Amino acid sequence: MAQMTDTAGPVMTTADGTPLKQALARATRRSKIRAFLLVAPLLLFILVTFIIPIFDMLSRSVSNPEVQEAIPETAALLADWDGQGLPSEDVFASMAKELSKKENRREIGRMAARLNFEDSGFRSLLNKTQRRIDRVKEGPYKDALIAIDKDWGETRVWKIIQLMSPPTTLSYYLNALDRTYDQDGNVVMQPDWKQIYVQLFLKTIYVSLGVTVACLILAYPISYLLATLPPSRGNLLLILVLLPFWTSLLVRTTSWIVLLQTNGVINDTLVWLGVISDENRITMIYNMTGTVIAMTHILMPFMVLPLYSVMKTISPSYLRAARSLGANPLVAFVRVYMPQTVPGVGAGSILVFILAIGYYITPALVGGQDGQLISNFIAYHMQKSLNWGLAAALGTILLAGVLAMYWLYDRIVGIDNMKLG
Amino acid sequence: MALPSYAGPIERVWYYAYRLICAAIFFFLIVPILVIIPLSFNAEPYFTFTPEMLSFKASGYSLRWYQDIVNNEQWLHSIKNSFIIGIAATLLATAFGTVAALGLSRADLPFKRLLMAVLISPMIVPLIISAAAMFFFYSAPFGSDFALTHTYAGVILAHAALGTPFVVITVTATLVGFDKNLIRASSSLGADSVTIFFKVIMPLILPGVISGALFAFVTSFDEVVVVLFMAGFEQRTIPRQMWAGIREQISPTILAVATLLICLSTVLLATIELLRRRNERLRGVTY
Repeated sequence: MAQMTDTAGPVMTTADGTPLKQALARATRRSKIRAFLLVAPLLLFILVTFIIPIFDMLSRSVSNPEVQEAIPETAALLADWDGQGLPSEDVFASMAKELSKKENRREIGRMAARLNFEDSGFRSLLNKTQRRIDRVKEGPYKDALIAIDKDWGETRVWKIIQLMSPPTTLSYYLNALDRTYDQDGNVVMQPDWKQIYVQLFLKTIYVSLGVTVACLILAYPISYLLATLPPSRGNLLLILVLLPFWTSLLVRTTSWIVLLQTNGVINDTLVWLGVISDENRITMIYNMTGTVIAMTHILMPFMVLPLYSVMKTISPSYLRAARSLGANPLVAFVRVYMPQTVPGVGAGSILVFILAIGYYITPALVGGQDGQLISNFIAYHMQKSLNWGLAAALGTILLAGVLAMYWLYDRIVGIDNMKLG
Repeated sequence: MALPSYAGPIERVWYYAYRLICAAIFFFLIVPILVIIPLSFNAEPYFTFTPEMLSFKASGYSLRWYQDIVNNEQWLHSIKNSFIIGIAATLLATAFGTVAALGLSRADLPFKRLLMAVLISPMIVPLIISAAAMFFFYSAPFGSDFALTHTYAGVILAHAALGTPFVVITVTATLVGFDKNLIRASSSLGADSVTIFFKVIMPLILPGVISGALFAFVTSFDEVVVVLFMAGFEQRTIPRQMWAGIREQISPTILAVATLLICLSTVLLATIELLRRRNERLRGVTY
């Protein structure tokens, strides 16, 4: 049909003679390219400053080049070892040779640090061997190495080196989930005293859920009040929500320290009122209680704002209609009003939960020993233990959880409906 | 939400009880912030109200902690740093973000959802993860020896990345009410695209751009996790200095700084509110 029109009538053209269809296609293409060119600079900027670093972190969580770089020949020889008894004399010889190389110092240092994460005897073993290796002039190297340190005679030591030889590893993820490799390379649970991360992830989830519920319980009544008051007074009260929202996080954390500490304002007031005696001041900070109270206060505006914006759109006449049809106030509120606020509840809860699960500053400052969450351990491994691989693995697991939550959020509310207040 | 005339006694009691509950919750929200302000004028080095303060004697109050800020080299340096880093990051974020928002609000942009997801990802990813990832990468970008950690550039780039989503979101929201015919009209009158941008589009979306910029500024100004990992002693900002103050040598100087920050956030809040109202008025939305 289209062809018939083409041949039958004169082709419609623009002023310069190109067919209209072609000109339109070209104009749309240009417009698309132009739109993309506007976005391109930011896209490039975000890619370089943010997305690539995130992927860099993902790759760091499986990357394991240290053994390969320090003792490449021994690593290659060990790959063929069956894991029974001790490796052959060749392996011992090449290990001795590679450990005695002076230009390899830095790599061997890194390997020692890496292997030390798997078994805390490696750093001293390698340092000791490196110091004394020069005395070993000739074979048999097996006896010479074992003479330096009897650990070289243990299958376990060689097994760990063999397991850590490939350039990629899952061991950081295993560690992040309290698991490790045993002698034979099977995945087993860590010894009891080293099992902390699964507990910590669970604790982080519980605390985040607790904070979310606390925020919801506190935010629901005031959001309802804000949404139903006349706008002039409602906006005035809204400032009481927005001011904390805009106040620096550090300021709010500081004020909770001022209020909650043993010689703080609340304890002083209680002593003054005679509720508690001077010796029995309540410990409300540097523990989990402090973390939960401060986090609830800090995250509450994120619950109020989405709730408020949803509640504002609900017409009061529904409630009146329910009342006039004979529902008592409670039934009217629970069965007519509350179902309509579900989108706001969902949005606020997911937002608060996601923010809570990655919280670092507040637990670090007011959490004390037992108020630490998963992000504090990520920071610990980055700054103190320098186990960056484990930090990256913990971060990746957390990130996966958060992205799953966002996917849920997108399904329920849509990312585009994100309100900033 | 006045009490209806048909309300029974139980409903009356509940009405006042409910107001009381709400008052208590508002108290919980605002008092922690307000309590800092009088304490920052404490004459003694305590974090609590002294008897002199409670009896409103002049001797109980002083400006010594404010003088402490002015006399302290470290605090002054951190205030300067916060503004340098904040303003530089805001400029970067606002420039990139505004231009991108223009593209994002065009109907014919391909892969819009994907692009949007990538561009707002710095807001979605928990800060601890962003900070860790940026620290790993910036300490040796692409395996080179050119470390951006412990430099102003590194902190500024990281903060700009964290601030752009706010600019993108606010400016895109402003552009929803933007009449595209204005662009067609001005280009039919012979304006080139740069002129159109600065003379037609910019004046209309300015409130959105400014509030986006303020969000970006606050993000940088308040940010401490990236600074903790990335900045050296030279790049310490106000929040970093407060962090050190809370952890190491706790003194009411922190309360004085906090009071100043509360004043600043009040000003920012007022500005944002005014801009939002102006924008809604321009778009004919009233309430």
